[in-house]
Amino acid sequence: MTEVSEYLKNEREQEWRLSLRGKMKNKERTQIQRVSMSEQDPGKRNTDFTEVNCGLSIEEARMEARRCLDCVNPTCISGCPVGINIPKFIKKIEEGDLLESARVLKETNTLPAVCGRVCPQEIQCEQACFYTQKLKKAPVAIGHLERFVADFEQNSGEMSVPVITKKNGIKVASIGSGPAGLAFAADMVKMGYDVTVFEALHEIGGVLKYGIPEFRLPNQIVDAEIDVLEKMGVKFVKNFIVGATASIDELRKEGYEAFMVGSGAGLPNFMNIPGENFIGIYSSNEYLTRVNLMNAADPEYDTPVISGKRVAVIGGGNTAMDAVRTSKRLGAERSMIIYRRSIEEMPARNEEIIHAQEEGVEFMNLHNPLEYYADEKGRVCKMKLQKMELGEPDASGRRRPLPLEGSEFIIEVDTVVVSVGVSPNPLIPSSMKELDVSRWGTIKVDPDSMHSSVEGVFAGGDIVRGGATVILAMGDGRKAASSMDQYLKARSLD
Amino acid sequence: MSKIIEKEYFSEAVVKLVVEAPQIAKSRRAGHFVIVKVGEKGERIPLTIADADVEKGTITLIIQKVGVTSSKICQLEPGDDITDVVGPLGKPTHIEKLGTVLASGGGVGVAPLLPIVKAFKEAGNRVITVLAARMKDLIILEEQMREYSDEVIIMTDDGSYGKKGLVTQGMEEVILREKVDLAVTVGPAVMMKFATILTAKYKIPTVASLNTLMVDGTGMCGACRVSVGGETKFVCVDGPEFDAHQVDFDEMLLRLDSYKPSEAEAFESYLSNHPKAN
Ligand SMILES: Cc1cc2nc3c(=O)[nH]c(=O)nc-3n(C[C@H](O)[C@H](O)[C@H](O)COP(=O)(O)OP(=O)(O)OC[C@H]3O[C@@H](n4cnc5c(N)ncnc54)[C@H](O)[C@@H]3O)c2cc1C
Ligand SMILES: Cc1cc2nc3c(=O)[nH]c(=O)nc-3n(C[C@H](O)[C@H](O)[C@H](O)COP(=O)(O)OP(=O)(O)OC[C@H]3O[C@@H](n4cnc5c(N)ncnc54)[C@H](O)[C@@H]3O)c2cc1C
Ligand code: SF4
Ligand code: SF4
Ligand code: FES
Repeated sequence: MTEVSEYLKNEREQEWRLSLRGKMKNKERTQIQRVSMSEQDPGKRNTDFTEVNCGLSIEEARMEARRCLDCVNPTCISGCPVGINIPKFIKKIEEGDLLESARVLKETNTLPAVCGRVCPQEIQCEQACFYTQKLKKAPVAIGHLERFVADFEQNSGEMSVPVITKKNGIKVASIGSGPAGLAFAADMVKMGYDVTVFEALHEIGGVLKYGIPEFRLPNQIVDAEIDVLEKMGVKFVKNFIVGATASIDELRKEGYEAFMVGSGAGLPNFMNIPGENFIGIYSSNEYLTRVNLMNAADPEYDTPVISGKRVAVIGGGNTAMDAVRTSKRLGAERSMIIYRRSIEEMPARNEEIIHAQEEGVEFMNLHNPLEYYADEKGRVCKMKLQKMELGEPDASGRRRPLPLEGSEFIIEVDTVVVSVGVSPNPLIPSSMKELDVSRWGTIKVDPDSMHSSVEGVFAGGDIVRGGATVILAMGDGRKAASSMDQYLKARSLD
Repeated sequence: MSKIIEKEYFSEAVVKLVVEAPQIAKSRRAGHFVIVKVGEKGERIPLTIADADVEKGTITLIIQKVGVTSSKICQLEPGDDITDVVGPLGKPTHIEKLGTVLASGGGVGVAPLLPIVKAFKEAGNRVITVLAARMKDLIILEEQMREYSDEVIIMTDDGSYGKKGLVTQGMEEVILREKVDLAVTVGPAVMMKFATILTAKYKIPTVASLNTLMVDGTGMCGACRVSVGGETKFVCVDGPEFDAHQVDFDEMLLRLDSYKPSEAEAFESYLSNHPKAN
């Protein structure tokens, strides 16, 4: 840790930083209002899939960058799971050297254009900012600035391809191409390894592609970042399921010396209530996959999706918000969130809840589904709901929802999306009997090294955490890369 | 991308393709399937791996034209690529020497039934196959089935070929005549439902290979779910074969028609743009 703070201190003492700090008094800096990013008009944007947040202009970004005090003790960094040198990249914006700012981001974050959009900044870096902590003011808009710089670089046509040290010829593999796998691949290729990423689907990106919708994270943004990885020499193999197409043992025979399992939490949960298999009832994975990965909303594509007029989405997480906002865009007249706790307890990002409300989504909090009913064709047409009230706090510290007896009632629905969580993808554990897994099916790893119980097999992201965030998955991928490097070096010394 | 090496017409509506897929050829076992996607804008559909050649690195698919995607695949020629092929998926068939196996197939089920019939025959069983269709022209793969069956019984609704009657009548004839140790049924959900009711009456263990709708084929979406013994199962990872007496065929029947109106529309428009496909 001291090394890091030593490094940060030296960086902060550099001439250009000193001179920028001298240009404006802290008092003036704290007087500037936090920038607010412009958004598409809610009444219009809920009819198409264009991105809701419009980004910042150069002027807005440089103004916001001035707010950052370049603190002696930059607490913001400790709030970022991958430890981005936040003040440095922000001060590069203030200085006007945007491409250099992008380079700083990429020292620690492989996918800044993605994180700037989907990170829950309000509970991470921005929560830890001096403004939030000490001044009780709106934090520096770190996420917006990160997105701004990354987009600027993508649009400049001068995407920097990080320098690769000499190739060492050692073959390693990532299983899965979600954020954990991509972050791992980037670090390993930088260290000279010969990296192959195996992906089961026909597209690279994991949840970034099949889950998070276009209106929050355009696919082209993800593709541009993947393009850089390809230029750095990472090999991508699509349509390849490790454990089915070939086992880890077979890949070892082909010369792969170590593995990083980033296979995600892809298994949808259902509630197992009567009628849940009627037509028109989807898991959020299926609904979002049809629309995002298979482009079902575009008539040019062959995959269909049922787009009802009265859509109920069960759940309160990001996935539920993405599904309900998608249903509006597919033409629903009523799009409803049905969640058994109150709005304050919804795990979705605040921004997503607000955007959903603006777009006309109805929130039925403290309601729980009990049963579905179908018409003669088996298509869902009604559901029975029960009202809930909040009782004593449970293990998670949230107040436990309790059913209100006799409060059942029926509403009409023609499409339902069940978004009550996912379980770890069982493909890898079931194909490797010797792998230690928890009771919940997550892969057990040593938290310091991300090494699993099987020699040379590391793991990270949702398959270890059971459902987390993009940036935590990336952090795991990077940690796995650095300990895999040590492991392989130690082994070659033996 | 997987290159098509060989193509053969079994009939006007049924095509055999030999496709380059060395890894899949090596790993697959009888009963496994692949998911294929044709073109950037195509949909993902499941197809049984009918056969494989590890030396040549190829797999064989037998495809019956029923809608847009199956027709698109049947249009491809040797040298063309199938955009995406992934597998092997599902659990392999449990093949054993049991004695007499009564296989029944109809409609979209005949193609996936062929490798199962072949595997049971090769394991030393006596195999009797009942093929059923509405009329003569819709009977497919008869010749191939004969190659791996001790006997093939053909049933048509209108009596235009073989015997007049339903698949169950052909099956019952065999059951009344000799001891059947296992029944295997693959076809439209209605057909499997009645085949299963029949074998339940005679207490014959029965396996059904379910051809539900699928998207990813890896257990990620739940599109393929069915109720088996009162529990929700995913056909792509828990199946495709199940104890038929436990399957809720009525539910499956309804779910298969989820997209019927939009599929019919898409197929009409596809046919009007591709007159050759008809
Ligand atoms: C709809 C939705 C919205 C979300 N919104 C946010 C958000 O706003 N902010 C945020 O931080 N997080 C969000 N999350 C959570 C976040 O996306 C995940 O935590 C993150 O993607 C996990 O990354 P991962 O690399 O572990 O796995 P994934 O992204 O799940 O990727 C795993 C990949 O591995 C592949 N795979 C699995 N098994 C195999 C195998 N055997 N062989 C080859 N490939 C395999 C899968 O096909 C998949 O592509 C959201 C999630 C969803 C579903
Ligand atoms: C595990 C598995 C293995 C299969 N193996 C083979 C195979 O080896 N060869 C083969 O030709 N087909 C096989 N099928 C069926 C094949 O996947 C479907 O025929 C195909 O998806 C139809 O797509 P389409 O776009 O051409 O037709 P669509 O436009 O999707 O459908 C056209 C018509 O066919 C009906 N239909 C679609 N899918 C099915 C189905 N699965 N069962 C019954 N009716 C259906 C629809 O209701 C509609 O009326 C298999 C299915 C599964 C699940
Ligand atoms: S990666 Fe996420 S947590 Fe880290 S600085 Fe960027 S937005 Fe904040
Ligand atoms: S804590 Fe806030 S003000 Fe201080 S350096 Fe970090 S972003 Fe800037
Ligand atoms: S096809 Fe998606 S879970 Fe089976």
